[in-house]
Amino acid sequence: MRKFSFGKYALPVYAVLAFTYLLIPIAYTFVFSFNDYRRSNIAWRGFTFDNWTSVCEAQGVCEAFATSVSIGLISTVIATILGTMIAIALVRYRFKFRSAVSLLLFLPMATPELVLGAGLAAQFFNVGAEMGFGTIVIAHVMFCLSFVVVTVKARVASLDPALEEAGRDLYGSPAQVFWKITFPLLLPGIMAAALLAFALSFDDFIITYFNSGPTETFPKFVYTAAAKGLPGEANVIGMSVFFLAIAIVVTVQVRSSLKAKRLAKIK
Amino acid sequence: MAFAAFSHGGGGAKQAAPASKGNGRVALLLLLPGLLYLAIFFIAPLFSLIATSLQTMDISSGFPVYNYGFEVANYVNVVSQYGPQIFRSFFYALIATVAALIISYPLAYFIGVKARRWPLMQGLMLTLVIAPFFISFLLRTFAWKQIFSNESWIVGALQSIGFLTPDQYLVGTPFMVIFGLTYNFIPFMTLPLYTTLERLDVRYLEAGADLYANPRKTFMKVTLPLSMPGIVSGTLLTFIPIAGDYVNASGLFLGSTETSMLGNVVESKFLKSYEYPTASALSVILMGAILLLVTLYVRKSGTDDLL
Repeated sequence: MRKFSFGKYALPVYAVLAFTYLLIPIAYTFVFSFNDYRRSNIAWRGFTFDNWTSVCEAQGVCEAFATSVSIGLISTVIATILGTMIAIALVRYRFKFRSAVSLLLFLPMATPELVLGAGLAAQFFNVGAEMGFGTIVIAHVMFCLSFVVVTVKARVASLDPALEEAGRDLYGSPAQVFWKITFPLLLPGIMAAALLAFALSFDDFIITYFNSGPTETFPKFVYTAAAKGLPGEANVIGMSVFFLAIAIVVTVQVRSSLKAKRLAKIK
Repeated sequence: MAFAAFSHGGGGAKQAAPASKGNGRVALLLLLPGLLYLAIFFIAPLFSLIATSLQTMDISSGFPVYNYGFEVANYVNVVSQYGPQIFRSFFYALIATVAALIISYPLAYFIGVKARRWPLMQGLMLTLVIAPFFISFLLRTFAWKQIFSNESWIVGALQSIGFLTPDQYLVGTPFMVIFGLTYNFIPFMTLPLYTTLERLDVRYLEAGADLYANPRKTFMKVTLPLSMPGIVSGTLLTFIPIAGDYVNASGLFLGSTETSMLGNVVESKFLKSYEYPTASALSVILMGAILLLVTLYVRKSGTDDLL
């Protein structure tokens, strides 16, 4: 029988190629954040740190970024609170219409953003609501909610109920049990959900575009600028967010891996 | 779903807590705010969309005024007028989904099965897979537009070897749009594939080899069927957003008027020419087609617990 060695070299080489492919546009954006561009950041004109040192010089880019961050923060807080409550209820309680509730939570994730955006815009239009900051937040909470539920649910499901029972046995009130035991144990899941919600909100363009009116978010800024010339400062903001996110994720991973190693040693 | 894949254990995490009975009021209080929110801002808008799609247009006053009605003809008009765009949406989505599956599968297999011995490596590789998510979707797509721009050396090289004629370019072609769609949604495919492959018991593969199956046969008869849940949720997670996307196909990014998809029509009708019934009818068609597809697909493949 022929010895099968396909996976030995072909797969690692393939993985390296695939990662390169995934990272090419990011590398490109990074390189062009140092471009000494004029009007539009298309052709390479020489190396400069100017875009990084004076990010806010480009018209409107920092305002758009600040708007996106505040929308992201507000939507994240609301979606995380609502979503965590639902996740706890779904795992801990048996109730009627359970499958209907699951379906209601699944549907927003299975609906194209275009339909979510246009539907909400049609609704706002029909009731005569004015589009702007508020309508964007409403839209973002709506599509982040299900993702929060899914993420927190996994954490609630893996929680050992014996810990809460112990709390009750020691005469803890329901509130004490929740805040001293359940909540701290759920916190990693809640934090992961919040990060995810923020990332989804910050990067959303399609739904936002339908419900933003005159309010400018960072993705909307990039979309409009793509026509008239994207400033290099947009690359700087994109890359800063990228490095920050990567730093958070890698730190969490390395820490949990070290913790796992320590636990393994104790055992 | 895809993202749950990243939060250790995903949707199928072990169910440790025996759900307590009774206390229905607490459950209701926990559920009510969120569910009400979805009822008002998700369900009601869908009905709003249907109602708008059936509105009649009145141009007697000089500019179009829309009234509530039951104008089914809107749908007929939309399908006959925007048939090519509707077709492109689903056709591009199909090709891009298949391409994403072919590109993602070996990668997910490598991370989920081959790299199992090094959990930290595994985690870092997963970070690389989702790295594109951390940079704005529009910036990524714009970068591809620049990389394949008419003046780029890649296009020049392709023209000089005769792959493209001197007056042919890449940006604005269906190829470029499908390329962009594939790229942008690959992480949505890789993550669910990874989640199922990560749980794949390699002893099954060894058993296959012991029973004299060649690697190809082992793959077809063992690995592939066992990774079906990942394939189902991965293909849904890529197909659905791609069918509704309008950024890649837009003339501002990788497309042109010849590549415009359903989403591009909805965008321009809704936000530029204010033809709300037309835009809504197209959105309803997209939603209907996707609901039908999801139902058929999930029923056929028997993966009911997508959430």
